[in-house]
Amino acid sequence: MKLPVLAAACTGLFGLAVALAFFYAPADADQGLSQRIFYFHVPLALTSYACFGWGAWKALKYLRTRDERADLESYVAVHQGVIFGALTLLTGSIWARISWGVWWSWGEDELVLFLVLFLFYCAYFMLRYSVDPGPARANMSAVYALFGVVLIPVSFLAIRLSKQFIHPRVFKLSGPQMTGAQFLTFCVCLAAMLTLFATLYAIELAGKRLDRSLRELKELLA
Amino acid sequence: MTQSEKYTAAAYLVVFLGVLVYVVIIGSKLQRLQREVEQLVALVKERRDG
Repeated sequence: MKLPVLAAACTGLFGLAVALAFFYAPADADQGLSQRIFYFHVPLALTSYACFGWGAWKALKYLRTRDERADLESYVAVHQGVIFGALTLLTGSIWARISWGVWWSWGEDELVLFLVLFLFYCAYFMLRYSVDPGPARANMSAVYALFGVVLIPVSFLAIRLSKQFIHPRVFKLSGPQMTGAQFLTFCVCLAAMLTLFATLYAIELAGKRLDRSLRELKELLA
Repeated sequence: MTQSEKYTAAAYLVVFLGVLVYVVIIGSKLQRLQREVEQLVALVKERRDG
């Protein structure tokens, strides 16, 4: 899909998502207004999982084909995942302050596992930039990105394995624990967030490719 | 404004500011790339004329 189309879709979906979250979705009887953070917080978390998953898929593609483009795509996806992950932690922390009275709870398995996943992928950049550019760096980065993807199902399912159940469980095997209007709002917010990822991914990737081509051109002209 | 309203607004603001900062960083990088392209064009012209 072309970038202007993606950007337009992203802007439209975000406008719709905010409008639905504040003017359409009914207020939660228990949490009140702060429940509306859920509409951005959970899609941010799911999008960061999608980013890491996409990064791992591209890493696998690199290991199979040794195509440099796949290495760059994997790097950009992981970078996006870390950004979405940071926003997940920040919005979650704000929600926790209202609902629990604390900014963070170390006793919550899902929070800690998400933080572990986030820090694991932060370390990806330390590893990547500690090695000179070339096949060795690309190989190490790809293997690391693939290892990290194992943490995604653990983090995702942690809430169901947790014994404390302080963190709200909205999605159960019996279906989402919310009204139809709330679920529709959530779906639009998730679509907006995934479109934002696709747009930022396309922009960053285009910039990185241009940068790489310019470096090659400079070397040829030197 | 209640405490709950303040925190909810802060959560949404964090997301929009995060995206805005990212777009500004990407924009500045693109400006750098544009300058580099202009320098390369100047270099090629210089070589062609010289």
